Amino acid sequence: MTEAYIYDYVKTPRGRGKANGSLHEVTPIDLLTQILKALKDRTEFDPELVDDIITGTATPVAEQGAVMPRFAGIMAGYGHHVPGLQVNRFCSSGLVATNYAAARVMAGQADLIIGSGVEAMSRIPMGSDGGAWAVDPQASANIGFAPQGIGADLMGNLYGFSREDCDAFAVQSQQRAKAAWDKGYFADSLVPIKDKLGMIVLDHDEHMRPEATMEALAGLKPSFADMGEFGFDSIALKRYPHVEKITHIHHAGNASGIVDGAAGILIGTKEMGDALGLKPRARFVSFADIGSEPVVMLDGPGRSAGKALKRAGMTTDDIDVWEINEAFAAVALRFIQELGLDSANVNVNGGSIAMGHPLGATGAIILGTALEEMERSDKSTALASLCVGGGMATATIIERV
Amino acid sequence: MTNNIKDGTNNIKNGTSNIKYELDQDSIALLTIDLPGKSMNVISSGLLNDLENLIIKIAQDDTIKGAVITSGKTGSFVAGADLSMLLGMTENITTIPAEEVFASAFRMNDILRKMETSGKPFAAAINGLALGGGLEICLACHYRVVADNPKITLGFPEVMVGLLPGAGGTQRLPRLMGVQPALPFLLQGKNMNPKNALANNVVHEIAPLENIVAKAKAWIAGGGKPVQPWDEKRFKVPGGQGAFNPGIAQTFMGAQAMVQKETKGNYPAVVAILSCVYEGHQLPMDTAIKIETKYFATLLQGNVAPNMIRTLFVNKQAAEKGIRRPKDIPPMKTKKLGMLGAGMMGAGIAFVSAMAGIEVVLLDREQKFAEKGKAYSEGLLTKRVKRKKMTQEKADGILALIKPTTDYADLEGCDLIIEAVLEDVAVKADVTAKVEAVVGTDCIYASNTSTLPITGLAKASRDESQFIGIHFFSPVDKMPLVEIIMGEKTGDPALAKALDYVAQIRKTPIVVNDSRGFYTSRCFGTYVTEAVNMLAEGVSPALIENCGVFSGMAVGPFAVGDEVSIELSYHVGQATKKGMGDAYPVQPADAVIEKMYLELDRKGKKNGHGWYEYPEGGTKYLWPGLGENFPLAENQPTAEDVTNRLLYRQAIEVIRCYEEGVLTAPEDADIGAIFGWGFAPWTGGPLSMVDTIGVKEFAAECDRLAQKHGGGFSVPEMLRGKADNNEKFYS
Repeated sequence: MTEAYIYDYVKTPRGRGKANGSLHEVTPIDLLTQILKALKDRTEFDPELVDDIITGTATPVAEQGAVMPRFAGIMAGYGHHVPGLQVNRFCSSGLVATNYAAARVMAGQADLIIGSGVEAMSRIPMGSDGGAWAVDPQASANIGFAPQGIGADLMGNLYGFSREDCDAFAVQSQQRAKAAWDKGYFADSLVPIKDKLGMIVLDHDEHMRPEATMEALAGLKPSFADMGEFGFDSIALKRYPHVEKITHIHHAGNASGIVDGAAGILIGTKEMGDALGLKPRARFVSFADIGSEPVVMLDGPGRSAGKALKRAGMTTDDIDVWEINEAFAAVALRFIQELGLDSANVNVNGGSIAMGHPLGATGAIILGTALEEMERSDKSTALASLCVGGGMATATIIERV
Repeated sequence: MTNNIKDGTNNIKNGTSNIKYELDQDSIALLTIDLPGKSMNVISSGLLNDLENLIIKIAQDDTIKGAVITSGKTGSFVAGADLSMLLGMTENITTIPAEEVFASAFRMNDILRKMETSGKPFAAAINGLALGGGLEICLACHYRVVADNPKITLGFPEVMVGLLPGAGGTQRLPRLMGVQPALPFLLQGKNMNPKNALANNVVHEIAPLENIVAKAKAWIAGGGKPVQPWDEKRFKVPGGQGAFNPGIAQTFMGAQAMVQKETKGNYPAVVAILSCVYEGHQLPMDTAIKIETKYFATLLQGNVAPNMIRTLFVNKQAAEKGIRRPKDIPPMKTKKLGMLGAGMMGAGIAFVSAMAGIEVVLLDREQKFAEKGKAYSEGLLTKRVKRKKMTQEKADGILALIKPTTDYADLEGCDLIIEAVLEDVAVKADVTAKVEAVVGTDCIYASNTSTLPITGLAKASRDESQFIGIHFFSPVDKMPLVEIIMGEKTGDPALAKALDYVAQIRKTPIVVNDSRGFYTSRCFGTYVTEAVNMLAEGVSPALIENCGVFSGMAVGPFAVGDEVSIELSYHVGQATKKGMGDAYPVQPADAVIEKMYLELDRKGKKNGHGWYEYPEGGTKYLWPGLGENFPLAENQPTAEDVTNRLLYRQAIEVIRCYEEGVLTAPEDADIGAIFGWGFAPWTGGPLSMVDTIGVKEFAAECDRLAQKHGGGFSVPEMLRGKADNNEKFYS
């Protein structure tokens, strides 16, 4: 099997995913275009050599849909000969895009390829694509549908995480992110987003709330209590009848932020790297996607990590750096609990609670964050994982070379 | 089905057997639906045949301009489908090829679609209530005029018997009023009056009753267009349509959550209705009605609708019409009721009786108690007046029927006595003697006791044949069931009197024979007891409670156990033990209830501490102390196991009652279970449930449960016999 190597990683800063967010004026194709341009400019490869641009987007509709990466490539100056492919596995789309790009290389069917993700949540709100599961009565009745927050709250209830546990985790995420930013850990990969005149629109993650305290978070109202009361709690309890009732523990402060952002990873063979004079930074060891029970929906990361580890013949002890997407605090807490991890090695530079979760992009971002942390702390292995709506999860293991 | 007349050259001069036909000088036909021998029109296959023939005639005869459809029945247009006919359609339906099931289920949809696309204008003159298929006929007409009587109800009650409006109702209503506004009418069976109907585009015009036909004809004469809005090229569903509409997506996401909260997934009809609207409103009408019929057919093929129709409609109506009444006894209407005891039950019985126009003598030991009992009626009546449901004058008249007193002499002239005094044999006997000293020998004497055997109480009477049990449920004005208990010597006149009285107060009767706890109390008790048995075994209380709720029982076992009170459960248990002596079957629940009541001072909702904790001003939660006192077992059963134990244990007791002769008919068993103690309505009642599971399979599961969980599940001989002979409870 051919090895797939990571040669470069870039990301945009994350803008608040609202009308007052700095990136709201930037179209999703522009976000991706600037990422693709940055990859091209930083490594100066001949874009004609790129076999494909694979991009994850969780809400691939309207200006963010219709195989947008194909057109972003042209906009970024890759020419007409580079195709594009859009993939969607909700929140892990960016990691899936990266894995599948790597898989093409490993299968000997690509030499240079880009795995990426983009989500302009301020412009194309989450759920804009409707879908069968939540909307078609046959699907929702048979499968069971409740919003993710209900599943996250239920997870906290099932595995013994209180509101305070989640708030404490959130405060830690904010503090770690702030420290990482202050020390310039993200400087290398950050691509400030510019406007038509070349002025910088955003050059930092604007969702962060480093001043957040337990006291301040304690004042926030649980986000999913009303929806639960409306009927979704009943759907969740029917699947988990040993839970007396759902205690709603998540709110805006201990769940991932809604933001705009994009990221890209340049992947290729050893030979291609040599030809381009690029130094490989890491190799893909293994990756896995799994399905889990769709109502609680967010408890899959542990199992996806286990599957990837097994495929690689590794155990949790063999991983130095852990990244779990902080979709909700309980997801990360359960991941740590399930795998018996030392939380000192998990999300050491903060996560989506602090910096935000641009759905389709996050997978590529956290893999890149893991890569940079390995390099910074001179560690050799990392595992990144995300929970996914509908009861799925994805995990990827990389190793420095 | 065959059609006798296939073309327009036929000679329908005066109509058909179900529809009167008249052509006026303007060449407008008037079709008057008038089923012979029925007080209300119902959709029968005969009516459909006739309607089809007339539609074909009108469509093909160039000299006919159009038609108005109305009804020959006073106060009603068409009351919906003949549910007995529908029930017949479900028999052996699983052996019928899908194509045939579809064809017969599609028949009415097909006819109505032919009508609205016939090229001739059809108008409905709606003279009275139009429900289900009746309203569907109206909606398929191009124009609809309704009489200006606010009491007229228009609606789709199909969901209540597990069905959906299967003749275009799920398609035309959303296209007229919008998807979201239409859902409550389809999912909850909500009715509308003429004013709502006009506001919702369901009718075009409201007119005085005597003018509705003229108005409908005027619309045709004025050149009314024979095209439905949804057959116009640029038609849009009001309020938005289609999967691309974010509002529509939200609506269905939310509606599913709401219906699941309401139905716990036990009623396939609600999901089928949602799907009919979701899928159908995105399709052209011809395809949409086929989708509707397919979902309709799945409900006919399922178990829930047939079971619900049989118990909740056919058998319930038969019970109300007096199927258990001795035929040769002339009507025995109650004119003057003597109500003994003005407590909660007595006050409630006085109220429902006065509401039915019965004079009530409300007697208690002290005048203030009697007055208080009457004040209960006053409170309820005032509420009705305030809500404009009743005039002050009428309320005053009803209240005047109740005479509070302490004087037995006031009972003179009573033709029915209902006793609801202290549950003590001696006290009751004393009261019986005092009453009989005043009332005539033909007066029927009933006890509302819920625990003391009637046969024993009757011994205090001068004529045991005149003595009967009439067991009400609390609160009397809300609970629909009355359990009539025959003592050993109770005679036919007493039964006839009791049934006639129950009919007067418009409640649903079941008739049972004497036994401890009679039928309903005895079987209901097993629901709570089995829950407590499981608690004793270490099953998670949350799991037990949720399984009760999700099984479709009206209330979870611990919640209802608290309502009844642990204190009462304890005392009833003690009394039963005493009564039965060595024959008393000890259960794990006994020790739990003893400990809860005696040691832990947990009496139930009334002292704020029961299975639940009731914090002041807060919402109740299961008492965390349950876990400490009754530790959880390491291995928890599956939800299915817990649910089966809760439902099956009740069903076994019902079968024992049947075997012992407490029950004499499966109909009483099922009606009593659903309306008496809130047994899951979707099952059609415990015996319908057993038939549906399969008697053999049910018995086998009970054998397994008996082995694991004791004698409560031991299979009664009657069940064993039926299982061996492959018999059902309903033949």
